[in-house]
Amino acid sequence: MTRSQIRHNLLRLSFAICGFWLVAACSGERDVSPTFHADENPQNLGDWGMVAADGKDLVVSDAVTPYDLATPLFSDYALKLRTVWTPDGETARYHATDAFDFPVGTVVTKTFYYPKEGSAVSIGAPAPLSAKEIPLTDYRLIETRLLVRRAHGWDALPYVWNEAQTEAVLKRTGDVKAMTLALNDGAREEFAYLVPNANQCAACHVTNAATKALQPIGLKARHLNKQSAYSPAFNQLDHWTASGLLSAEEVDAPPANADWTDETASVKARARAYLDINCSHCHNPNGAADTSGLNLEPDAAGPALGVCKSPIAAGQGTGGRQFGIAPGAPEASILAFRMETTEPAAMMPELGRALAHDEGVALINEWITAMEGTCG
Amino acid sequence: MKRTIPFLIFLTAACGQQTPAGDGEAEADLSYQETLLTRLIDARPGDVIEIPEGTFAFDRSLSLTVDGVTIRGAGMDKTTLSFKNQIAGAEGLLVTAGDFTIEDLAIEDTKGDALKITKGENIVIRRVRTEWTGGPKTSNGAYGIYPVQTKNVLMEENVAIAAADAGIYVGQSQNVIVRNNRAEYNVAGIEIENTFDADVYGNTAVNNTGGILVFNMPNLKQPGARTRIFNNMIAENNTKNFGVEGTPVASIPAGSGVVVNSNDDVEIFDNDIRNNRTANIIVSSIFSVGYGEGDMQSDFDPYPEGIYIYDNRFEGGGGNPDGLELQALKIAVAGPMGRLPDVLWDGHVDEAKFENGALPDAMRLCVADNGVEVLNVDGPNGNKNPRLAGADHRCAHEKLPEVVLNDPLADQT
Repeated sequence: MTRSQIRHNLLRLSFAICGFWLVAACSGERDVSPTFHADENPQNLGDWGMVAADGKDLVVSDAVTPYDLATPLFSDYALKLRTVWTPDGETARYHATDAFDFPVGTVVTKTFYYPKEGSAVSIGAPAPLSAKEIPLTDYRLIETRLLVRRAHGWDALPYVWNEAQTEAVLKRTGDVKAMTLALNDGAREEFAYLVPNANQCAACHVTNAATKALQPIGLKARHLNKQSAYSPAFNQLDHWTASGLLSAEEVDAPPANADWTDETASVKARARAYLDINCSHCHNPNGAADTSGLNLEPDAAGPALGVCKSPIAAGQGTGGRQFGIAPGAPEASILAFRMETTEPAAMMPELGRALAHDEGVALINEWITAMEGTCG
Repeated sequence: MKRTIPFLIFLTAACGQQTPAGDGEAEADLSYQETLLTRLIDARPGDVIEIPEGTFAFDRSLSLTVDGVTIRGAGMDKTTLSFKNQIAGAEGLLVTAGDFTIEDLAIEDTKGDALKITKGENIVIRRVRTEWTGGPKTSNGAYGIYPVQTKNVLMEENVAIAAADAGIYVGQSQNVIVRNNRAEYNVAGIEIENTFDADVYGNTAVNNTGGILVFNMPNLKQPGARTRIFNNMIAENNTKNFGVEGTPVASIPAGSGVVVNSNDDVEIFDNDIRNNRTANIIVSSIFSVGYGEGDMQSDFDPYPEGIYIYDNRFEGGGGNPDGLELQALKIAVAGPMGRLPDVLWDGHVDEAKFENGALPDAMRLCVADNGVEVLNVDGPNGNKNPRLAGADHRCAHEKLPEVVLNDPLADQT
């Protein structure tokens, strides 16, 4: 099928899907319709009208587009529901490598939630979204982070869900939640879930430390160029161009990151996708972590990628190891140590997790193990 | 590729024993955390955030992203921000903004760096104390006061104690004055790294592993050059190295007064340098901290050049160097009762730069004082023929100009 054929089919099918969603949403009792607040920061998440909950279900507005990423950021095993909305059906401008340029009024949401297991939470699969609802009998909402495109640029606003799961309240100073994770083997692990404060939002979303402008991280071609989880017949970028969310004329051979869990993809592609989404918002040539000289964008190589690179100011982050990546030897690589540890002074990313991502660490270790060469 | 054999001055590895942080203290009062977090988040240019007298506890790191803000306490012994019970964040206070002043407070017991300031211009850090109150431990945070990628920076009258890397550090920066500070019980007392135009004077660096360091590291955005170190007290920097293995400073031998590594045009004069048990001054290349040619970007210059040492007051030092190799070297050079000369040099020179069989004059290591001996430890040849070489270094360089801060800090100079 050619791209234009795909688009044609997509248009027809997206009507059908939208129709389905509309019916489902209408059967609920809540009217959730988006509003852009140009200056004020509403205290309640509900005032934005992107997602809302009534204690029984989280409902996604029909007007927003849920989306997902080829490989997501690890956040203490939280599941994430992402949505994007532009006012009056306005279109975002495509960019091959940077975040898409969204119009003023755009609201992006990311809701962090977990499967419930008694008073604990567990590691599980995302809630099926065919009905645009998440049943709160089975899932617990933690927080919803907003990125709002205002005239001066993007603002980041963290909202924290209440115990009753009926509303999320703006918490610009962030929060720490004592939580318990039920592991698959029956064990329990206590952890301190960190809701970032507004400045900490900037710590990741200021991807260019020179301009100091906040930017979305996931809304890039290479993260979005995948089969849509919400319209599974279609590539997500095709879906967006067909629905008018993204300008179609500029989309040409978009790059695609691997799904880090996709065992049909190469270990290298999966590892680089993982490092890209988890690290490169800081570890890029203009990012906050360029002070370290370490670049984890998809095209980095050599010492800049950490290969045989000695640390600069890692402190406890070295874990007693000499090189960022010691080819063939993850146990001698600082990169692996900083992913394994949960010590605040040593771990990477610095923010956004209190647990180690064992599966992510295993992937990076596999990638390093397969590398050839020696340092020095 | 074969690794260059590290120069034996740096063979001493840090012991790296982890000391668990103290525990069992009463739950700290976190009531001020929300107040200060809110002020920092809501800050507007021109704001002065005053923190009253008292000890305030934080379990998360603080950050500021707005230009033009002043944070002011009631004094470094009166206003204390304690991070003893910190559970999240890689530093105490992270500032990603310019036109920033912080003064008259203390930051204690952070898990990582105490005060980190990145990418700002016109930075003043004055009468700030950063301290790990349990004394030197490998588990302490890395840096005390840590501006990096900054321009036009004044650091004065600060106190930095027990950082597991550098107490007072400035990296990848330009136009910096570090004066009248006190650094003690850190691995590196004061460190200037990959920085252009720094004046370091009137400081007291005592009881660190290394007193004052001037380094260039590879694989960074900029190298550095032109640092003047003068009128400092650099004494008794004999604390056992407690740096984390793998960090560059973990290879600094205990008892190093001043260390210049791979940096250029460094002037060391009019200092009191006393009783640093390995050597009062070390001049070395990055080959001596374990780097091979393949581990750095191709345009990195690993050789320290244009180093000028004169008119310092030396006393003692070199009599009990750190590690067996250095002890053996001392005995070979000076006998069991003797001491290593005041200046140790690893002997690495860039032969590609030779003119008529020698380095151009401007790149030489010059030690002008007739009474000050230089030991060339012959690093390029695996330390086979260490030799006293003072007579080879009786030369002078043109003196570096004073660092003058630009507006709006011009009147501070």
